[in-house]
Amino acid sequence: MRSQKIGTVAFWSLVVALLTYMTLPTIVVLMTSVNPTEILAFPPQGVSFDWYVKAVTYPDFRIAFKNGLIVTACASTLALIVGSAFAWLIHHYDFRGRGLLEGVLWSPLIIPHFTLGFGFLLLGGAFGVQQGYVMIVLAHMVLVMPFVTRAVHVSLANIDPALARAAANLGASPFQVLTRITLPLVVPGMAGGWLIAAVLSLTEFTASLYVTGSRTQTLPVAMYNYIREYADPTVSAISALLIIATTLIMLVADRTIGLRRVLAIDTH
Amino acid sequence: MIQKRPFFITFLAPAVLTAVILAAAIFEVLQYSVREFVPGSLNVGGLTLENFARINRPIYWWVLADTFFISLLTAVFSLLASYPVAYALVRAKKDWVRSALVSLSITPLFTGEIVRTFSWMLTLGTDGFINSMLRKLGLIDMPIQLMYTRFGVVVALVQFSMPVMIILLATAIAHVDRDCERAAANLGASPSAVFWRVTLPLTLPGILSGIVVVFAWTMSAFSTPQLIGGGKILMISNLAYLQGFSVLNLPFAATLSLIALVCALGSLALMKTITGRIERRLAVN
Repeated sequence: MRSQKIGTVAFWSLVVALLTYMTLPTIVVLMTSVNPTEILAFPPQGVSFDWYVKAVTYPDFRIAFKNGLIVTACASTLALIVGSAFAWLIHHYDFRGRGLLEGVLWSPLIIPHFTLGFGFLLLGGAFGVQQGYVMIVLAHMVLVMPFVTRAVHVSLANIDPALARAAANLGASPFQVLTRITLPLVVPGMAGGWLIAAVLSLTEFTASLYVTGSRTQTLPVAMYNYIREYADPTVSAISALLIIATTLIMLVADRTIGLRRVLAIDTH
Repeated sequence: MIQKRPFFITFLAPAVLTAVILAAAIFEVLQYSVREFVPGSLNVGGLTLENFARINRPIYWWVLADTFFISLLTAVFSLLASYPVAYALVRAKKDWVRSALVSLSITPLFTGEIVRTFSWMLTLGTDGFINSMLRKLGLIDMPIQLMYTRFGVVVALVQFSMPVMIILLATAIAHVDRDCERAAANLGASPSAVFWRVTLPLTLPGILSGIVVVFAWTMSAFSTPQLIGGGKILMISNLAYLQGFSVLNLPFAATLSLIALVCALGSLALMKTITGRIERRLAVN
């Protein structure tokens, strides 16, 4: 029995060590963001929020953040509408070409982001819409749509089909069933899917690097350009803000739909 | 009139339109990959297979080989590092431990690659966290070179891929029938024998899909080799970007992007075949 106890302790020590490895970069970035000096120092030489002030007042980051919000709002909302409709469709109907359509719409999970970004860049060139947000929004939309579709699909699968049948028997039209029965029941799934889509779009970098220009760059692209030129902790502060924001959003998403279910690791 | 399929066209049309736009974007890459490069111009010439022939040069072969090598190392180390976490995540007895493990292991997935790569730059740099700590502990006098090395790139890529690996492994471990383990234990198998001879083999499909997904995922990694490799470590993504935006050879960049896409699709097809075969074998036994 004693050797078993040692084994348990060894196992949990290993798990803690691995989790430390996973979270170490986040801790490091948080430490550097409050360090007052421009040169890295571990542990921090004090606590200062100067880099946060610099980060939120730096014009490039302000414009990029605004661009990012516009792109994210448009892309994740479009993905929500198209993705939810598609989830409803594949939940209810079987039709010719369904497998192909599903394959194409799921493929952004597999296609390398730089291939996809390059494709949208070339497509924008072919149609003369390189300027502006159109191609960025479209690229982000196809990238995040699988996540919305999945979240809504899971919600739909959890609805008792008897509800819709009962409503139909009582004389509800298909439109009434959709808006009064199905829709209210999938709203949590849609909200969770939209949140995941928004977070992924806001933090997407590789495809954005291809499709954005200097005036339309999103926050991750602006951060990349900054890192290449300067080496001060301003980006640490922006990173810390993004880490806090995404963690909060994911907690909300987890509360509303249960992340484990959307990610299909619900174990119990 | 009674509609047989209410909302069919209304709901189908936007999905089809999206699929067409996506297919058109990928088709553009395909189209450019078979075009002639006109030096000094963004316009492309006639049809040619020259770009694919160009891959057949040692420098490009090295980049491809390095991409494969880095992806393979990442997949293997990611598996070794993720299995204990996934096992703890599924088998922990206390509810709050499971929730904490899920949050800690999944949230890094959503902070975005630039934030995560930048964090690793601060951790691995000459004045970074690891070197500072080692110097404080008196273990080293001179900083060790971690940035711009293959080792540094793999360290960061493994951490990147762990959430995905953990999700896949946790699903596989959760599906193991506990009765098989209990039966083995009742027949006198020690806990370690139960793990190595019952649990681990039963999670083999999850292990394989994890390896292939992470391998495919890492093959298309861009920002980590770009920033932590700093031009010293080139993966296919960095070469494609370099060709597209520095050399302005769009056709060759398209060819490289297309090869990366084919590799990603190929690995997944391979995985489907292998896991399908293993699952069938497990079902037979």
